Amino acid sequence: MKSDRVRTGRYFMMGNEACAEGALAAGCEFSAGYPITPATEIANRLAERLPGVGGAFLQMEDEIASIGVIIGASWAGKKVMTVTSGPGISLMSEMIGFAVGVETPCVIVNVQRGAPTTGMPTVGVQGDMVQARHGSQGDYEIIALCPSSPQDMFDHTVTAFNYAERYRTPVFILSDAFVGHMREEVVIPAAEKIETTYRKVPPEGTDPRTIRGFLDEDVAPMPIFGRGFKAHVTSSCHDETGKRNLIDVSSLDMFVRRLSNKILKHKEEITIVERDYAGADVVLVSYGAVARAAQAAANLARDAGLAAGTLRLVTAWPFPDQEIERMAAEAKHVIVLENNLGQMYPYIKAAAAPFASVSFLPPRLIGRIHDPEDILATIREALR
Amino acid sequence: MSQVVHPLHKFFRPSVSSTTNCAGCGNGIVTQSILRAIDELRMDMDAFVFVSGIGCAAWIPSPLFNADVLHSIHGRPIPLALGLKVALPGKKVMVVSGDGDLTAIGGNHLIHAARRNVEMTVICVNNKIYGMTGGQAGPTTPAGVRTTTTPFGAFENTFDISRLVIGAGASFVACWTTVHARQLTQSIKKAINKKGFAFIEVQSQCPVQFGRKSGMSGSVQMMEDYRARSIRVEKAAGLSEEERAKKIVVGELVDVEKPEMIEEIERMKARAAGRQQ
Repeated sequence: MKSDRVRTGRYFMMGNEACAEGALAAGCEFSAGYPITPATEIANRLAERLPGVGGAFLQMEDEIASIGVIIGASWAGKKVMTVTSGPGISLMSEMIGFAVGVETPCVIVNVQRGAPTTGMPTVGVQGDMVQARHGSQGDYEIIALCPSSPQDMFDHTVTAFNYAERYRTPVFILSDAFVGHMREEVVIPAAEKIETTYRKVPPEGTDPRTIRGFLDEDVAPMPIFGRGFKAHVTSSCHDETGKRNLIDVSSLDMFVRRLSNKILKHKEEITIVERDYAGADVVLVSYGAVARAAQAAANLARDAGLAAGTLRLVTAWPFPDQEIERMAAEAKHVIVLENNLGQMYPYIKAAAAPFASVSFLPPRLIGRIHDPEDILATIREALR
Repeated sequence: MSQVVHPLHKFFRPSVSSTTNCAGCGNGIVTQSILRAIDELRMDMDAFVFVSGIGCAAWIPSPLFNADVLHSIHGRPIPLALGLKVALPGKKVMVVSGDGDLTAIGGNHLIHAARRNVEMTVICVNNKIYGMTGGQAGPTTPAGVRTTTTPFGAFENTFDISRLVIGAGASFVACWTTVHARQLTQSIKKAINKKGFAFIEVQSQCPVQFGRKSGMSGSVQMMEDYRARSIRVEKAAGLSEEERAKKIVVGELVDVEKPEMIEEIERMKARAAGRQQ
């Protein structure tokens, strides 16, 4: 039977559905979640689609169990994903740290909604950007991608799976209710045109005592379960073989640094941005749904003869500071646009401030995307 | 002179040379019962996946057992075990953890796994206290016991763990104490081969924390108390709730057949594939 994983074609599709299709195209075999607005359509679609390709979606008793069950399946060698919104991420936080600590490939989709707390579920905000970065205890690095359109929801879900597998780490998709519920054209390429990757694993029959399955800055082969590797997996401080060490502080130092360096060392290849700022005096920096308003405003400004450009961050974490520096060195004014009170702004400002003036522009109302005319007025002011 | 090697030593991870258990801890008896059961079934450690949470009992398989072992975070071994079982249906999945891990912080996962009747063995070592953190009260600590968080005596009602899991729908439930090592071993063998959620509560002595706090002199006295208070389930039927509360009802409490979740997932997949053809 021909696999029904990749439904190649042109569609008018909701962002959340495109996300589910992206997961299938990337090779997702197992998913779990708990119902929550505005992410539910992804779970619904996966529940409908995964069994037909030999996979399964499980609705768990809560979000903690949802991420727990996918981490378990990942250790059994499956490509996995969970989908939720901010309240679910809050519940998952400890498990996300566990997944980082034992280097588990998994994709976590956060379709962000009006927050804090139960907030306003059907409204998109970008309020969980720093939560994704720092939600679990301790020093660690995370990868997070920010889609701006239903097409991105497909494309970057595939990217997220590839990053999760390549770097053996949780990868966030930080969408929001606007992008998740938006319907636009989505093109699903032919299966052979979609690049997918799978984690490194030790060769079959490797002597378990020789396996160094953890804490390699260039990503250790994953001693997945069920193959006789006799893996000892603990999130407590451990060495390259997985052996626990709760006494020697130099062991903790290695645990912390190597986990972080595994991501930071590969920052350049993880970073995805869209640069459109050649010759611009004013550069609008944004991500996610807001990047659409930024692009519209830049077009208006150019039509009016103003030297405006954009830098869109697809990769929010690890923070692409070199991209910000490169942009700021060419610009006079940097305007940061976010649908929140300024979550990425301090990071962007820290990188850009040595080169250009930096300001922050929130939308008039948190939860409503910026009016391009408002952005245009700010560009004019910056150039005055 | 030939070296004497314990017959269960073959199951130990080669890099492990010591135990973290306190002297007199019941963990050693539970460890032997698990490994004897595997040995008597003539099974290989590679047939198993072990998962544990946080607490003294969680250190039974981790790092000691020479198998795939996932030592997870507090309260969450069961969701991880479920994910492993879904992805590796041919492997035997065993969770070993304590009463605090499985019934307090992880209680929700325990009852839902029992309801789902997903095939796995869960061994709950019930020492009625938080041992690793220095003797705090839990949902199993009897009323009146002075712990570090109940200095004037525990004042909450307790869980009867086995009855909780029976009520949630498990298809196999047994309860023993560390004086019942042989019976425990036989029940673990049945649990390993059970097509369904198999739960075994083992009441186990913690002389260092629970023993001191409940006025017991040590593990021998605690085990004698287990022996004195244990009553076989067949003989417990006529007891009033009041009489029952003073006893430990031991034996195989439930052993029934009912739909098992992994098999139901496979049926669901077949329905999905059929519908699409």
